[in-house]
Amino acid sequence: MDLHSIGQNLVYGLFVGGLYGMAAVGLSLVFGVLKVLNVAHGELLMLGGYLSFWLFDSYGVDPFLAIAIVAPALFVVGLALHAGLFRWVMPLAEEAKIKNSLLIAFGLTLIFENLAIRIWTADERAITTSYSGEGLTLAGIVFPYTRVSGLVVALVVVLLLHLLLARTYMGRAIRATSEDWEAASLMGINVHRTYLVAFAIGTALAGIAGTLVSLGYTIAPSIGLAWTLKALVVVVLAGMGSILGAFAAGVLLGEAEAVSIYIFDSANYREVVGLVLFMLVLLLRPQGLFGRR
Amino acid sequence: MLEVHALEVAYGDLQALWGVSLEVREGETVVLIGPNGAGKTTLLRSVAGLQPPFHGRILLEGAPTHNLAAHSIVERGCVLVPEGRRLFAGMTVLENLLLGGFTAQARAAHEETLRRVYEIFPILAERRGQAAGTLSGGEQQMLAIGRALMSRPRLLLLDEPSLGLAPLVVRDIFEVLRAINKDGVTLLLAEQNARMALELADRAYVLEQGRVAGEGTGGEMLASDHVRRAYLGYAPAAGEG
Repeated sequence: MDLHSIGQNLVYGLFVGGLYGMAAVGLSLVFGVLKVLNVAHGELLMLGGYLSFWLFDSYGVDPFLAIAIVAPALFVVGLALHAGLFRWVMPLAEEAKIKNSLLIAFGLTLIFENLAIRIWTADERAITTSYSGEGLTLAGIVFPYTRVSGLVVALVVVLLLHLLLARTYMGRAIRATSEDWEAASLMGINVHRTYLVAFAIGTALAGIAGTLVSLGYTIAPSIGLAWTLKALVVVVLAGMGSILGAFAAGVLLGEAEAVSIYIFDSANYREVVGLVLFMLVLLLRPQGLFGRR
Repeated sequence: MLEVHALEVAYGDLQALWGVSLEVREGETVVLIGPNGAGKTTLLRSVAGLQPPFHGRILLEGAPTHNLAAHSIVERGCVLVPEGRRLFAGMTVLENLLLGGFTAQARAAHEETLRRVYEIFPILAERRGQAAGTLSGGEQQMLAIGRALMSRPRLLLLDEPSLGLAPLVVRDIFEVLRAINKDGVTLLLAEQNARMALELADRAYVLEQGRVAGEGTGGEMLASDHVRRAYLGYAPAAGEG
């Protein structure tokens, strides 16, 4: 391969990595605040992808505009899931809480996947807009419009989330609850409402990620697990407690995969790279690249 | 201000409080003394809403609060400075203070309250941008108290505010508590440092094995044989000291 294809590879790595980051921030937020690993995160992403596909297919809504519908819709889904299910495991002791939340989330993966098959069939879907396939060419490297815009959207969303957490009372309440929920309740913070909001934001983020996936990648009922795993690898890479760190780790994973494609001259080892990184980080820096302790 | 009636609290099978009753009147400083494991922390946590009692009642300004969540009790003007301070170590001093003033009432006046807290603890103003975890022990305790004051409490509960601090720092903290009380904030504190606490106290309760074993004014307690022997380090003439 020549320099040119290396460049193209790295650019694609950046686009994919931005998507990994986008898929991971919601999982990271929920895990950080509720201490619950939502293994149905990928299914929520899938749901968001189908919703934007359906909006595009039936009503011709541009997927970037659809985010304004998908994010609030998934936020409501998140509210319902937390109020109806996850809320009840929150008061449990740590071990029971982890086990029960995993059971619930695994159950949800089955329900959502089969629901998606019923509603949209098992066919793979993708959104092809009028501008799909077009792009900018700079120094011989192609920057497809959909991917560039997807990356920009992901960056903007992550920055907004960062500002929300850093600057607002609600954001500070979320961070305080994540650090020490009991101390947070002594500040007058309604911890259960904070859990609810954090879970719903995490779900909305999965929905936005799903919309970006539906653009140029494929949506199918079975993609959930793969995205949950990607997001999980990214969260472990990044470490707890940093939203920007999770996004950066996503980009890193995307680039690492791109490099592997270049080195092995095939995409066969792409999945392996992430898992090797996952293990290396757990062995050498268990707190993650950007995590505290 | 605060009435506790026949309070019984248990952690699983382990009962920590057995029918504890006490009262804190408006404007008072009341001290709980007693050995480790006597139930002082449990009592304060119950009042703050962290440890619901299975029997008994807690009335705050006449209204029952024993069924309320901790955050609602803060909204009613009662806030706990917990044992070990429990600061948000990764956040800055200012962020900790702003969190202390989280409730709607507190937010409305937060600039004024912040100015007052910086007046009481000038060091916090200097360190406002620093992570709370990097402060010294004394500064952390000041931040914990300052953070609690941000909610504009009428009743301030303090669990071992002198724990692990140098004697000079303890003296400063107690001076501040005296000033806060003069400002009109009622205080209920649990203290191992019985002498300083009793000097500060209007009244005191002795808790032993989850029960009230004695009560009286600060002066009466300082003069009581039992208290002197058990908590002030006076041994009988032939004792081991």
